[in-house]
Amino acid sequence: MNIVVDNFDAYVGGMVDTIVLTLLSFALAFVVGTVVAGFRVSPVPPLRAAGTAYVNIVRNTPLAVLMVLFWFGLLPNLGFRFSRFWAGIFVLTAYTGTFVAEAVRAGINSVAVGQAEAGRSLGLTFPATLGQVIMPQAMRTVVQPLGSIFIALIKNSALVTIISVPNLTKAGEDIGTKSADLFGSIVGVGLAYLVLTLPAGAAVGWIERRVAFRR
Amino acid sequence: MRKQRWLFPIVLLTVALMGAACSSKDDSPTVGGGTTGSTTAKPSFQPGSTMAAIQAKGKIVVGTKFDQPGLGQKNPLTNQVEGFDVEIAKLIAVKIFGGDPSDLGSKIEFIETPSPVRETVIEQGTVDMVVATYTINDARKQRIDFAGPYYLAGQDIMVKKDNTTITGVESLVAGVTVCSVRSSTPAGRIKEKAPAATLIEYDTYSQCKDDLLNGNVDAVSTDNSILLGFVAANPNELKLVGKKFSDEPYGIGVKRGDDVFRNFVNDRLEEIYASGDWKKAFESTLGKLGVPTPATPPAVDRYTSAGPAPAPTTTVAEATTTTTG
Repeated sequence: MNIVVDNFDAYVGGMVDTIVLTLLSFALAFVVGTVVAGFRVSPVPPLRAAGTAYVNIVRNTPLAVLMVLFWFGLLPNLGFRFSRFWAGIFVLTAYTGTFVAEAVRAGINSVAVGQAEAGRSLGLTFPATLGQVIMPQAMRTVVQPLGSIFIALIKNSALVTIISVPNLTKAGEDIGTKSADLFGSIVGVGLAYLVLTLPAGAAVGWIERRVAFRR
Repeated sequence: MRKQRWLFPIVLLTVALMGAACSSKDDSPTVGGGTTGSTTAKPSFQPGSTMAAIQAKGKIVVGTKFDQPGLGQKNPLTNQVEGFDVEIAKLIAVKIFGGDPSDLGSKIEFIETPSPVRETVIEQGTVDMVVATYTINDARKQRIDFAGPYYLAGQDIMVKKDNTTITGVESLVAGVTVCSVRSSTPAGRIKEKAPAATLIEYDTYSQCKDDLLNGNVDAVSTDNSILLGFVAANPNELKLVGKKFSDEPYGIGVKRGDDVFRNFVNDRLEEIYASGDWKKAFESTLGKLGVPTPATPPAVDRYTSAGPAPAPTTTVAEATTTTTG
């Protein structure tokens, strides 16, 4: 395990990159996913169709393919430029957003229909019913699935390596190349991901207990 | 019970699809045309040698690049790999099987070996040898051995045709983005010789070239032989800076400590140097792309191997980026 000790700074640098990528894209994906989930349960057919199309197309395309498509195919033809880093964030957000949307939609559907009826009978509009009556209840039930999505995102963020954005996996590969010890460096990467994902899992459990209904 | 009526056709369809996927797998490219002459009778080898083993299994498996114009590139029309590396591999293969390089048929199989996996496939015995723009260096000699060199390339820089600011490795300063392939020798040398420049690393040089054309990177740097292939394909948009800043002797990777096989390959290289087949192979591949044929082939380096590789290590997942998601 000398390789991990010798390259400790490089591993920590990679972990910081991965944390930044994950937190930024998860925050954005949470917003995107919640809005899209709202679209998918809304009474407006075009919004429902748009939400369904986005989820079905993006969720069913491999992330690696999305990375290459976006950076090498789509971006050069769009007429404006993203930095490599923001292109990575964009793709991670778009991909993770679909999973968030489906989790949140499941949460919305888990709220008893009487709640929405009560909101309507009080004269609340659809957005108000959704935002103030349904969502606060829905979010509690989706903490665990969102946590799984978050942990998946920590690991999925490794795919920005494809477009050469620094992250933990890339750092590990660089260390492996430099030291000619691919096995050791990749074991180091695996351990470093555990250092990130295990606390993330624990944090999710803590949040879940905090927001749980007292039943 | 309705559900179960659906289940059976779905299972059938899945099985059928899996079967189709398996049966269509056997489309690995074999031998392309255009090889130079040199017919040899089927030789016999000392039992137990790698040559005898290859002859016995009736097929030599060669690792090469599939994306390097002029060296090893898969032709999408014929599904065959073509280039100087491929021709060299064939010229070695005919010494084992006899016959003519152009009709080896299924006796030679090329599999794609991108830069990061080359040592691993040799160590694990997936291939018999690697002929894949493979620079001989001491770090790699720790894991495998090299026959050759059979060509001396050098690292150079490719830029857009209208670029006048980048004139050599010394122009790769802070703020300049340079593209190369992950885990490759050229990428390492950029870090060493131009540490201020931003290094962008992709899986293939074709992605680097696309990014250069798209304006996302300022330069692409690797061996001149590879870059010349891209320049030849895009002469109106790309150019080579034309100042080598390294020597890259290309060798043929074989299992570490297999001196019998390494000597055999070295002997064969010297034979094709003398017969002119080496020159013909060069002219029919890299030469066609405008790379000048060297006046003399490089001298073969018969160094002393560090000996057989230590006990096999655990199988390493070489491509980490494809396993997530």
